[in-house]
This record gives sequence, structure tokens and C-alpha cells, in this order.
Amino acid sequence: MSTTTKPVNQKAWFLILPVLICVAFSAIVPLMTVVNYSVQDIISPERTVFVGTEWFAAMMRDEELHGALLRQLGFSFSVLLVEIPLGIALALSMPAKGWKSSAVLVVIALSLLIPWNVVGTIWQIYGRADIGLLGFTLQKIGIDYSYTGNATDAWITVLVMDVWHWTPLVALLAFAGLRSIPDAYYQAARIDGASKFAVFRYIQLPKMRGVLMIAVLLRFMDSFMIYTEPFVLTGGGPGNATTFLSQYLTQKAVGQFDLGPAAAFSLIYFLIILLLCFILYNWMQRVGTQKVEVEQ
Amino acid sequence: MNPDRRFKKRTLFLALYLLFALLPIYWMINMSFKTNEEILSSFSFFPQHFTWANYVRIFTDESWYSGYINSLIYVAINTVISLSVALPAAYAFSRYSFLGDKHVFFWLLTNRMTPPAVFLLPFFQLYSTVGLMDTHLGVALAHLLFNVPLAVWILEGFMSGIPREIDETAYIDGYSFPKFFIRIFLPLIKAGVGVAAFFCFMFSWVELLLARTLTSVNAKPIVATMTRTVSASGMDWATLAAAGVLTIVPGAIVIWFVRHYIAKGFAMGRV
Repeated sequence: MSTTTKPVNQKAWFLILPVLICVAFSAIVPLMTVVNYSVQDIISPERTVFVGTEWFAAMMRDEELHGALLRQLGFSFSVLLVEIPLGIALALSMPAKGWKSSAVLVVIALSLLIPWNVVGTIWQIYGRADIGLLGFTLQKIGIDYSYTGNATDAWITVLVMDVWHWTPLVALLAFAGLRSIPDAYYQAARIDGASKFAVFRYIQLPKMRGVLMIAVLLRFMDSFMIYTEPFVLTGGGPGNATTFLSQYLTQKAVGQFDLGPAAAFSLIYFLIILLLCFILYNWMQRVGTQKVEVEQ
Repeated sequence: MNPDRRFKKRTLFLALYLLFALLPIYWMINMSFKTNEEILSSFSFFPQHFTWANYVRIFTDESWYSGYINSLIYVAINTVISLSVALPAAYAFSRYSFLGDKHVFFWLLTNRMTPPAVFLLPFFQLYSTVGLMDTHLGVALAHLLFNVPLAVWILEGFMSGIPREIDETAYIDGYSFPKFFIRIFLPLIKAGVGVAAFFCFMFSWVELLLARTLTSVNAKPIVATMTRTVSASGMDWATLAAAGVLTIVPGAIVIWFVRHYIAKGFAMGRV
């Protein structure tokens, strides 16, 4: 949301009421139920014992969780560092008009439309040295590549898969943002004799701020909850190199059926994402307004 | 550096990316025309024993193709509801300040931040209680949880880029609010509407966990049907690849239809 002053109008609540009803319908009851689970020891659906904050304390001390959290942070920030610049660069180099533009748009969007378990499965074959194009090619070049045997290879494969899968989201948002800039801005820049970089820095980037903020937050929270793709591709291995937070959570919730601790962990997990997103959001908003000041 | 060379560099970069984007998809298409034995036994750029069998299986087995129909129904319901409730809300957020606006705006997004594993059970209970289990509407409503906030955020971003003077000029010219919104404002944020529609479609289309939890037979989505290819007797790679190729098709058609909205963007000249 922009920080400029807007007229106060409490009736605007009526405009957002449908949204609140739609979202709250599915949001509040499940969240409350999970909070309820998190303070109980659920022995069977009929027998539950109130345990207070015990699960939270146990989860905070869990060494495995700390490891998974660190790997998760490393992964999510790598995702942002690669996908955001790459997505912006793509949006800038996509043709703006004609059949080429349409064709590029469609091709770029394809990877987003594949169900996530299929993404993992395809890359599982694609990366194999004996029958997959990627693994085969790397082997032929002379790189000893194996995503099942080598932890670094596995980590990089998961990252490349995520870049392949999700950069289009950043690119499409940035492209739509670019296309919404009125021609008048470019004409003014041309009259001023602004360089390509100046146009990017002082016109395109500030105008894309809104969509880029959405792209950063979306990519951050979705990569922080990544589950299906690495689970299918590597199963979290080798060792625990690609075991991220949600996989650990699912082990707890489904594998061991420890509903209480799993619920406590879910809430901690949720609060971590919330906190980091809040920091990112506020930071990006500050950066944005400073830029506007520079412009004036 | 002359502009011609820079242009070539950009085209080269784009071409390289498109290659990177298409190769795994090509591999999937390649696999979908092979048999399982061929996929696992040898490396080949083209199917050696070309077969349509995998596609035939999907198109002749009702439990397969009904998955596509179910998915399309609830995705369509979801996209329509998401956009129609998000448009007025995004306008309110971008144009007015009101009590708690910033908090509500951020709260909306927090609904996308809940890791699903533990939330599935309460979802199941809630939707059983209200009698929406195994209905298209049920899945569509559940998917509103993550699509509505997304649509509001995207649309708000685009609406805030439109100067407020345009609203004021329209009122002075005697436009009523609905008329102004549909005739003048919507065309200005076409790109945002196009992107939001596509993303709502996409996220609802590929979502697996909620859709699988809330359905059993009548509304079973294609993503859930696909998990059948993993069985005790091993993976059915070929059928999965063929089903994967077919899941791309509806989305590709959607983006083909919204491409003009995305690419044309700001249409100031026509107002």
C-alpha cells in the first residue's frame, strides 16, 4: 500500500466486506482449531490433556528443527537473490508487441502450470545421468553430477528446479508492471536524454515497486513452505541436505501423528514467516519512498 | 555500445532462458510418448517406439478425464469469485484510508503463510460440518483463502499506479461510480486484472493438499488423480508425463486469452 495521504472514508469498509467474509470463512476456524491442538496432548480424539506451552518449549529446543530452519533460510534467500533479478531482466528483455510477445508470454508461463508433484517427478528423470537430459549432458561434459549422492548437487538441483519453476511468476508480474507505465514517462526521459540505466533506475524500477513487492513476498513465503518438489526429487536427502522446514513438519504431523507438537510447530513456523515478511514489507516500503524523494 | 548490439544481447539472453524453460517440458513431452520400459532403459532424444497409449488411457478412462473436468469447474468458480470480490476491495485499499486499513491489508496476506500439513484436519472437519465436502463449490471456497489475498494485493498495486485525478475528473464529467469503474477504471488496470486472473487460475489449478482433502469422488481434481501413478508396483512415469502435458494445456489457453491484457497495459490514449 502506498504511504501517500488518502481521504478518510469509513464507508470503504463496505467495499472490503465481501473479501473479509470469503477469507475469514476458511481462515478463522482452522486457525483456532490448530491453536487448540497446540496446547493439548492428544492421545485419542476423546482423550486429551491440557499441557499449556509445553509443546512450544519442546519445539524451540529441538536441534533438528534449528538445522532445518537454517537450511530453510539459506534456501529462501538464495531463491530471492536469483529469481528476482532474473525475473526483472526477463521482463525487460521480453518483446512488448506482436506475435513474438504473445508466444514468449505463453512459453514463459508454462512451467507455472505443471502440478508440483509432476515438477518433482520430471526433474527426477531429467537429472538422472543415465536417462535424463540434464544429468546426461553434465556427465558428457565431464562433471561428476549426481543429485542422489552428492549433497551440494542435490541442493543446487532443488534451487535450479525452483528457479525454473517460479522465475516466470516474477517475470510475469514485472512485465505487467512495465507495460502499465504510460508512454509519457518514456517521452519525457527521451527529451531529457536519459540513459537506459537512468530510465530503469528512476522510471521503471519505482513504477514496478508495487508488483515487485508482491513478487518478493510471494516468492519468499512460498519458498519458505516448499514441500512437494524437494520431497519428490530428493526425499530430503542425501542425508538431510534438502530437508526443509515443511518436510520436517509433515514428518511430525503425518508420519508420527503427533498432532499437539506438530500444531505448536505450525504456529511457530507461521510466526517466523509472518515476522520475516513483515520485515521485508516494511523495508521495501521504506526503500520505495526514499526513491521517490530522490526523484523529486 | 550501440543499440543494435545491446538488442542482440537481450535477445540472446531471452533465447537462453527460453531454452532453459523449455527443455524440462520437452523432456516431459518426450516421456509421454514412450513406454515405461523405454523411459527407464535408455537415453534418447526422441521416442524410439512412438506410442499414443498414455494419452489414450487418459482420454478413455473416466476416472482420469473427469479429474480435468472437476478441476476446471472449481478453478473457474474460484477465479470468478476471487476477482469479483477483490476488485472493489483493492479499490478501497488504494483510494481511501479507513480504520484498520493497513492491518487488514497485511492480515489478508498472512492467510497465505500457514504451512498446510496440520491445517488439513480442521479444514476437513469444517467443510464436513457445513456440508461442502466433495463438492466443486467447497474446493473453490477453500481456495479463496489464498487466491483472494493474492488478487487484492496485485490489483491494489496496479490501482495505486493510476493517478487519483482520473477518478475526480470522471465524477466532474458526471459518471456514476459503477459506470466509472467499469468503463474507465478497469481498462486502465487491464494488465493487473490479466495477471491476477492468471495467477488465481494457476494457484488453484496446481493446489493439491486442500483439494485432495476436501474431495473423494464427485469433485476429485486431476492433481489428486495423478498421485495414483505412484503405486506399490512402482511409478507409472509415462502416464504421469502424459497427464502432466495435459495439465499445461488449459492454463496455456488461459494465458493466451489474457495475453493482450497483460501486454497492452496502460491504455490512457483511449479514454
